[in-house]
Amino acid sequence: MKKVYIQSVGSVSAQRTFDNNEFLNEITEYHANVIPAIDPVYQDYIPPAAARRMAKGIKMSSVASKIALSEAGLENVDAIITGTGMGCLRDSEKFLSAIIDNKEEFLTPTSFIQSTHNTVGGQIALGLGCKGYNFTYVHSCISFESAMIDAKMQLELDEATTILVGGVDELADHTIAIHKVVKHVKPEAVSMANLLTSGTEGAVFSEGANFFILTNEKTKDTYAELVAVDTFNTLQKGELAVAALTVLLENNLSVNDIDLLILGNNGDVVFDDYYSVLSKEVFSETPQAYYKHLSGEFNTASSFGFWLASKILKTQSVPTVVCLNDLKTLKLDTILLYNQYRGQNHSFTLVRKC
Amino acid sequence: MGIISAIGNNVAENYDALIIGKKGISRISKIDTIQRDQIMVGEIATSNDELIGLLGLPPENNYCRTALLGVVAAKEAIADAQITDIKKYRTGLISATSVGGMDMTERYYYDYLTIASTQKYIDGHHAGDSTQKVAEQLGIEKSLVTTISTACSSAANSIMLGARLIKSGKLDRVVVGGADCLSKFTINGFKTLMILSDTYSSPFDENRKGLNLGEAAAYLVLESDAVVKAENKKVLAYVKGYGNANDAYHQTASSDFGDGATLAMEKALMVAGYKASEIDYINAHGTATGNNDLSEGRAIINVFGSNVPDFSSTKAYTGHTLAAAGAIEAVFSVLALQHNVIFPNLNYKTQMKEFSITPQITLKRKELKTVLSNSLGFGGNCSTVIFSKEA
Repeated sequence: MKKVYIQSVGSVSAQRTFDNNEFLNEITEYHANVIPAIDPVYQDYIPPAAARRMAKGIKMSSVASKIALSEAGLENVDAIITGTGMGCLRDSEKFLSAIIDNKEEFLTPTSFIQSTHNTVGGQIALGLGCKGYNFTYVHSCISFESAMIDAKMQLELDEATTILVGGVDELADHTIAIHKVVKHVKPEAVSMANLLTSGTEGAVFSEGANFFILTNEKTKDTYAELVAVDTFNTLQKGELAVAALTVLLENNLSVNDIDLLILGNNGDVVFDDYYSVLSKEVFSETPQAYYKHLSGEFNTASSFGFWLASKILKTQSVPTVVCLNDLKTLKLDTILLYNQYRGQNHSFTLVRKC
Repeated sequence: MGIISAIGNNVAENYDALIIGKKGISRISKIDTIQRDQIMVGEIATSNDELIGLLGLPPENNYCRTALLGVVAAKEAIADAQITDIKKYRTGLISATSVGGMDMTERYYYDYLTIASTQKYIDGHHAGDSTQKVAEQLGIEKSLVTTISTACSSAANSIMLGARLIKSGKLDRVVVGGADCLSKFTINGFKTLMILSDTYSSPFDENRKGLNLGEAAAYLVLESDAVVKAENKKVLAYVKGYGNANDAYHQTASSDFGDGATLAMEKALMVAGYKASEIDYINAHGTATGNNDLSEGRAIINVFGSNVPDFSSTKAYTGHTLAAAGAIEAVFSVLALQHNVIFPNLNYKTQMKEFSITPQITLKRKELKTVLSNSLGFGGNCSTVIFSKEA
């Protein structure tokens, strides 16, 4: 079996992450419960006429994937695998509200076409002229991890050499409104520094696109090795430690081998204790980081976490703003990421310095 | 394997309907839509309340119809595979859907904001929710459970991923398939694309007028060689080859010459180690839209040349069940292998003028060793799965 590497990254998020020469040099502060992604200058990447027609999810993904392709020096890939919780949500809302508001009359196809979950994957393929394998995973907060599992298997079996893998989700008004009603979105504006101590239900909703070139050949520019990705549809809090240790064991690692634990805490007082089980118990002596105060929460926010881990290993530095505890990293070889959303769909991802 | 579709609530009922040529296409009765008299659909007769009763769910459940159909079919698949202890092996679930919980979302879209009793369905907003429910009902816990949505090729892709997960040793057993219910959203969406027929769909017919939408769910249990051996299992069929490719041509339409479908079939043949001449029957995607049947027909000719095997589309029976189509047609492909029978392509009258290949239009009995099944979708997504009787 071949090893799998992260060859390049591309990120559009609520932070200025689209310049790969930087690494969270400047932090954009928010005091909100919904934070949109920062728009790059789209015309630097996409012809303006095309950009006007594109949904935000497609635009963010086009930019993120172009940055990743360009950094890897690639014009095309063997496969495109996308994770998205909700796809082009604004178009889904637009088409659905038109059906309801106009009683099924005067409808046009554009928003229906773009509402399909695999629109982003299809559009990237169309843009690249990529006739290869093209899958889209749509399973809540493991959509991106599912895409990585698929890519990793193909690269390990040498069925592909270069795969574009990404996670994308966009904000949309009605979805925000109904998620406020059920308190999945925090009722109050929260400042970034206070996210984890907010003491309230729900998360700060956001959006973004993080794309990566995964390959099975290492070069001098490789970010890191993708060692393992495991997902679990259910895990009780009491089962988390065993699950984490099993993932490590399967890769001949123990708690002491983990130089940094990156957690998906989103400040939801009801569900953040899933993370505490790991941070306060098994990994209490391990340096820890978090990121959803920077990226916000969305179904594929963990792809921002994966971007963070990749950058940390490549630059061999941990930005202070992401540190979750006071423990200093002695070395930065192996990082474990853990994420879940509302107590379901848990994922562990292991990355290692090359 | 397990299935629920417009032609039956289980595998046996579906098989009987296929054999006697009984289609499940009618006017829509369960969704109040102004398109009612302009479309025909493959609607499952059983209501949500009846399905809830059948599954013994509590009244406060928040199952969308996609989830209800999915659980019915998945439970039949587990029983058919004689699995009594789901936890005995590393068992995952890969489900496909395009509609997910849209039936409830479109019903309660504005009510969600004010009516508390409707808000339980908000959790079903994302496509993965119906998959989570199927997993829960099957007792699949602490495992790999995910959802694929690549429009009309989705379930074929879940079979492909499942096969790869077993091949790579990540799982010993995996339930694969898909579920989609009818919704106003898809009815009106396809209506705006002007590809819905106002009468019975007629795949590969020169005068075809478009597709009939349908609803269905189907799942198959894939097991590794080791599990088959340890349990002394009778194998229904082998997933011998699979291929996915992208047309990279247009967001919704297939390329005129079927580039993506050609590539998908070629890849699947390569994975299977078969020559084209070793395929005995093609269960075509055959939606009966002008674009699909032309593109797919040309792709078949690209791959098989002058020796095109018997082919038929079963969409005239069930309607086009979108993300579930690849799974229900996988069940039909396995039934074809088991019973050595090719199901007729219903409603066909006139030869298409662009080529000379003709679908099988009557029930045909012949020894079948291999069946190739196509699923083609929006976003240029093209998938082929090959099933065989022998390993």
